[in-house]
Amino acid sequence: MKIQTISKKLDSLYEFDREPVTKNALQGIGNFLGSFAGEHVAGTEFVIGMLFVAHGVSVTDMFIGGLIGNIMAVLSWALITAPIAVKARLSLYWQLKKICGSVLVFLYNIVNALMFCFLAGAMVAVSATAVGIPFNVEMPALNDLYPSSAGWVITVFAVGAVITTFAILGFEKLARFSKVAAPWMFLIFISAAIASLPKLGIHTDLSNFWEVAHDRIWTGKALEGQSQFTFWHVVFFTWFANAAMHLGMSDLSIFRYARKWQYGFASAVGMFLGHYVAWICSGILYAAATSDAPGEVAYQAIGVAGALCVIVAGWTTANPTLYRAGLALQVASPGWSRWKVTLLAGLVTTTAALFPALVMKLLDFVALYGLVLIPMGGIIFADFYLMKKFRLQDNYAEKMNIHFNWAAGLTWFILLIAALIMNMVAGIELYFLPLPAWVLAIGLFVLLSKFYQKKIV
Amino acid sequence: MKRILQMISLAGLILTILPSILFFLGEISHSAQNSLMLTGALLWFISAVYWLGGKEKATDK
Repeated sequence: MKIQTISKKLDSLYEFDREPVTKNALQGIGNFLGSFAGEHVAGTEFVIGMLFVAHGVSVTDMFIGGLIGNIMAVLSWALITAPIAVKARLSLYWQLKKICGSVLVFLYNIVNALMFCFLAGAMVAVSATAVGIPFNVEMPALNDLYPSSAGWVITVFAVGAVITTFAILGFEKLARFSKVAAPWMFLIFISAAIASLPKLGIHTDLSNFWEVAHDRIWTGKALEGQSQFTFWHVVFFTWFANAAMHLGMSDLSIFRYARKWQYGFASAVGMFLGHYVAWICSGILYAAATSDAPGEVAYQAIGVAGALCVIVAGWTTANPTLYRAGLALQVASPGWSRWKVTLLAGLVTTTAALFPALVMKLLDFVALYGLVLIPMGGIIFADFYLMKKFRLQDNYAEKMNIHFNWAAGLTWFILLIAALIMNMVAGIELYFLPLPAWVLAIGLFVLLSKFYQKKIV
Repeated sequence: MKRILQMISLAGLILTILPSILFFLGEISHSAQNSLMLTGALLWFISAVYWLGGKEKATDK
């Protein structure tokens, strides 16, 4: 496909937000509080809290580490993402296009789309663990990587087909449904945890809560086959669970509508309800259950309402994710209509969902997702604050009318290769790599721009 | 009408959280808790969808 064609297709997809957001389109704090509360109490929360327990997180790690990690995430949104968003008032796509050029944005979109497909796949699998209950489907266990039974395969295909069909038919209606579901889902998390307390032997006056929490929930000892997590794992995982959104700058698209940069603190609602309370609740649920499948775990605690919540949570997370994947992939398709591209994304998603590894290794996947996209956030940060200070041209691709800014491209590729080496050769876990990747992206982009801009000008 | 729907939704949320507290305190059985919570879910969804599920301005990524 010709570069001009790619560029035109990308532009037409994002045409409606080509210009910076105007003053009359700005939104109040309420929209941001609602949006964060809804988006971060999701299907993934059922799995993450459970996996923390499996990885042997201790009580202190969970409560203090989680607190610090969430505070750092909120500060990242409030002090890094939101200030750039309210000054530039552009979506991530246009911001990146000005700096990197259309070909590099195209590559970024494809990588993002694949990540979205896998994330949606994990949610299809989570929903399938609840849908399969009445059919006595053999559920995957914690250490399963491949499909565990024919029943599992059929259930995943059925759930994937339904989710893909709805994503094709009407994204907006389901997006509104997920807004309705959010308050109920949050209460279900709390309720299911409370209902699990008697099974764990916690007294009605909660006098032995911390003792039981230490001995039976967050024991500090990893289950067989799981790596041992420490305080720092919890801090860094929690901080970078949404790395693509804050330091990766994906939420520029959201905060460009904010009246003030301080609205970035609205992220605290999502973090502390979803990534703190809900993770703690799902840890309690898992410790009291006799299964590793989220649907079964919730069903054991509160019956059909719990299983329903897992289906709804998985569905409402998978649907917009699948829609966004379709949107991103549409650019690469040879003139296909939206429904065909979404169907293709649905097939990729459903095939990925067959493998329980996607759910059982969700922590690694979430960390990888952030790591892959975060260098682009560092590039945006450097371009916004540092280029002029170093007497370099900002928004270089736009000003020079080029389709591929090599300084940005090399920064991204070098850091991804370096991260891969650090992980596979030096054995540094994925959770600890996004922060250095972001910091190094800033320095490397400025350095490479020094050579690149001199050469091209 | 909206007010009535909101009251039904509130009842749905109360039936989502209260049964688990009562079960924890030993006041109701596990099956009673499950039935009440399912009722709460139904009340919430059939009422909240009308007043909370309205259209809003898109802020798509």
